[in-house]
Amino acid sequence: MKNKFNVITEKLGFAVLTACLLVVVLIIVIIFTNIIINGHSAISLDFIIKAPTDGMTKGGIMPAIVGTFLVTVITAIFSIPLGMGCAIYLNEYAKQNLFTKLVRISIRNLAGVPSIVYGLFGVILFVQFLHLGTSVLAAGLTLSLMTLPLTITASEEALKNIPMSFREGSLALGATKWQAIRTNVLPYAVPGMLTGTILGLSRAAGETAPILFTGVAFYLPYLPKGVLDQFMALPYHLYIMATQHHDITLVKPIAYGTAMVLIGLVFIMNLGAIILRYRLRKNRKE
Amino acid sequence: MGNSNKRNRVSFSKKFKEASIHGCFLVNAILVILILVGIFALLVWTSLPAFKEISITEFLFNTSWNPTSYVKASYGILSMLVSTLIVTIGAMLFAVPIGIGAAAFISDLASNRVREIAKPVVEILASIPSVVIGFIGITLVGPYIAKVFKLPDGLNAINGSILLGIMALPTIISLTEDALKSVPKSYTEASLALGATKWQTIIRVRIPAASSGIIAATMLGMGRAIGETMTVLMATGCANAMPTNVTDSVRTMTSAIAIELGEVAFNSTHYYALFAVGLALFLITFAVNLAAEIIFNKKQKL
Repeated sequence: MKNKFNVITEKLGFAVLTACLLVVVLIIVIIFTNIIINGHSAISLDFIIKAPTDGMTKGGIMPAIVGTFLVTVITAIFSIPLGMGCAIYLNEYAKQNLFTKLVRISIRNLAGVPSIVYGLFGVILFVQFLHLGTSVLAAGLTLSLMTLPLTITASEEALKNIPMSFREGSLALGATKWQAIRTNVLPYAVPGMLTGTILGLSRAAGETAPILFTGVAFYLPYLPKGVLDQFMALPYHLYIMATQHHDITLVKPIAYGTAMVLIGLVFIMNLGAIILRYRLRKNRKE
Repeated sequence: MGNSNKRNRVSFSKKFKEASIHGCFLVNAILVILILVGIFALLVWTSLPAFKEISITEFLFNTSWNPTSYVKASYGILSMLVSTLIVTIGAMLFAVPIGIGAAAFISDLASNRVREIAKPVVEILASIPSVVIGFIGITLVGPYIAKVFKLPDGLNAINGSILLGIMALPTIISLTEDALKSVPKSYTEASLALGATKWQTIIRVRIPAASSGIIAATMLGMGRAIGETMTVLMATGCANAMPTNVTDSVRTMTSAIAIELGEVAFNSTHYYALFAVGLALFLITFAVNLAAEIIFNKKQKL
């Protein structure tokens, strides 16, 4: 029996739930519009292709873009094989035992380790112990550890989506386990694995805390010549422009411009991953 | 006979190849465990020298953190700990209700089309780099807070709470949605069949049934907020003192490490003490995540 009181509470309740989601959407809209409105005037071709000049009050952010690109590539080189390898092990080889359980617990806990703690770990292991110094390599390695849990989880998800029959068909024809995985599982799973990897890399590209002490530089007049050089990065550049520069009000447009480029970069990577996943899901349904 | 011998040899080399490939993948899995253990071990190893000069009681309960004092250096993390707590609790106060509400909307009210759009939108929020959120805190949230509370600037605990809440939202929403999705259909149907309205079913049956998943979601969101660095570094003002009010500028554990590690003399007590702060941070987030996992697994068994 629905009485009037119940109908009214229900309507109110639904309104509250809708409002909750609208608040979330509103937050996103405010963040994006704020940065686009204030940042678009700073964006020009020169802003993208020129280095900072006049004590970082003029010029562009090219070294920061190049640095972020480089460190993301290094992150990818280390986190993709390691992440995918671990996912293949967990989904294809692992038995239900204590070791597998330990691996899973480790992955979940690594996902919860604060990014600054990864930074501390990177300082000790890569910068000091392995003598890489503060370099784009040390920073990339640190970031690859940070993105690892995400890459593994997403890759395993992709492998899980491949039906058992694909493996069984191949095994029944006399293929070995690895042959079955290589020919009948990986070709179908790789796009899905890449989706998760791209999401992980986009997070790495936007991170600041793990690279603070492992290789990022305040200002460099030149681009890194090798993997053992320091580098500039977009997120750190934004941090400096927003808080550390000697004339913050003067460089505010540059800060907004940097924020817009950074958000644009991360947004494009995410959108790419989301579209890729959407198309995969559609294909699977058909 | 000869034929079968040959076949055996082939299958032996095949087996060897298979085993070595298996081994290669296994190494990856072992590495993952080693990384977690390695992080913990290196943090302990590097912070140990600090405790030669600082007693653990001083480290945990002294309210003053002043390693560069000329008179007497002090290494108490209590003010940072309280700062982290204030900012995190503030964040949860608004992120949890809004997150649960939004998740309930997505899972129970939204049409399929709205859901298809809403989920990626939440993911977009998760993808915004923390440094950009911090920048928004300085340029947008800060001035607003300054106006409302009539303060000279808005870089304080409230600002940090708002930003961390925003950052915890995606975690809370997507995990709460998962929890609501896994509530058995029979619960919902039974409730509706007994004459409850859809709203009553959501509030009195579905959300309570999903409560352990929701608590786990909240804890994981909390873990993220505790460990977040750049946002609090930029938006809370980072005053090194015991906070007495929510409008005080605060320096959390994460921002203390971020600020001081760059300036500190290598291998000084201060340097080791910062790693000890990192170790404390690691242990806190580890405990929070572990608690979330235990609560979540309890639900699975029921």
